[in-house]
Amino acid sequence: MIHVNGEPSEIEPGTTLRELLAALRAPDRGVAVAVDAEVVPRGEWERFTLADGARVEVLIAVQGG
Amino acid sequence: MRIAGRQFTSRLILGTGGFPRLETLAAAIEASGTEMVTVALRRIDPAARGSLVDVLDAAGVQVLPNTAGCYTARDAVLTAKLAREAFETDWVKLEVIGDERTLLPDAVELVLAAEQLVDDGFVVLPYTTDDPVLARRLEDVGCAAVMPLGSPIGSGMGINNAYNIRLIREQTAMPVILDAGVGTASDAALAMELGCDAVLCASAISRAEDPVAMARAIRLAVEAGVLARGAGRIAHRLHAEASTPEAGTPEFVHPSDPARPIES
Repeated sequence: MIHVNGEPSEIEPGTTLRELLAALRAPDRGVAVAVDAEVVPRGEWERFTLADGARVEVLIAVQGG
Repeated sequence: MRIAGRQFTSRLILGTGGFPRLETLAAAIEASGTEMVTVALRRIDPAARGSLVDVLDAAGVQVLPNTAGCYTARDAVLTAKLAREAFETDWVKLEVIGDERTLLPDAVELVLAAEQLVDDGFVVLPYTTDDPVLARRLEDVGCAAVMPLGSPIGSGMGINNAYNIRLIREQTAMPVILDAGVGTASDAALAMELGCDAVLCASAISRAEDPVAMARAIRLAVEAGVLARGAGRIAHRLHAEASTPEAGTPEFVHPSDPARPIES
């Protein structure tokens, strides 16, 4: 089971981050991803595959103080 | 004002939090004359509409990501690194909160996070209490500016300890940016009169009844405060000092005055 933004997801292990971002309809810019509390740089999204048990945070620019 | 080698004409940094609509934010950015605005990172909401990044791009402002919501140095450092990926900037408004109710900074975690981020090449602008000793610690670890609060975030209580802000100003050559607590234009003017280099304002503008009008008011107040600071204010006095000369004051003698000389 892979968790995305704190929720269990139906994403299969082996899915790339790029595929996950597409499924989430993430825009190209203003987005960052952490897997298991480590930053995954943009340049690695294409080939970074999610392992079973991964905890993914997909973050986006929002208004804030 | 220069921060980390970058020159700013505007001395007002706008927090983007609290604006009801992106259109209002865009209009407030224009009215404020700001060149730098804060942004945050949160979990993506696939249903969300409108792009904050596009609005900020169109406004041509520099983005200053924050680490709002972080309670430990570890989380703040990770959030700063994520922001660097998302916004392609190594600038960060470092917030490490120590108390949910007051949102006051956690001094120990703040210094720890600042040190790690400076070592990692970040331009660190820490949100801090108005403690001059803590400000010195943040300078020692290599922060690019120090951002003391006037009063708690969103409280609108203005500057609770003007004396401490003056002390922070007096002891450092790095930029001092008053962050948090501004409720209205006069608070921003006072910050500049105390010698701050800039003011960071979010709620005072975004939650005002008319955010665009307040953006302009605070912009003008910041300019007024800078001018007043440079102009050199008069000293406080306990008693009055007449501004009109005493010499040449006429003496009026009325017909009914008993002292009036009798004409012969």
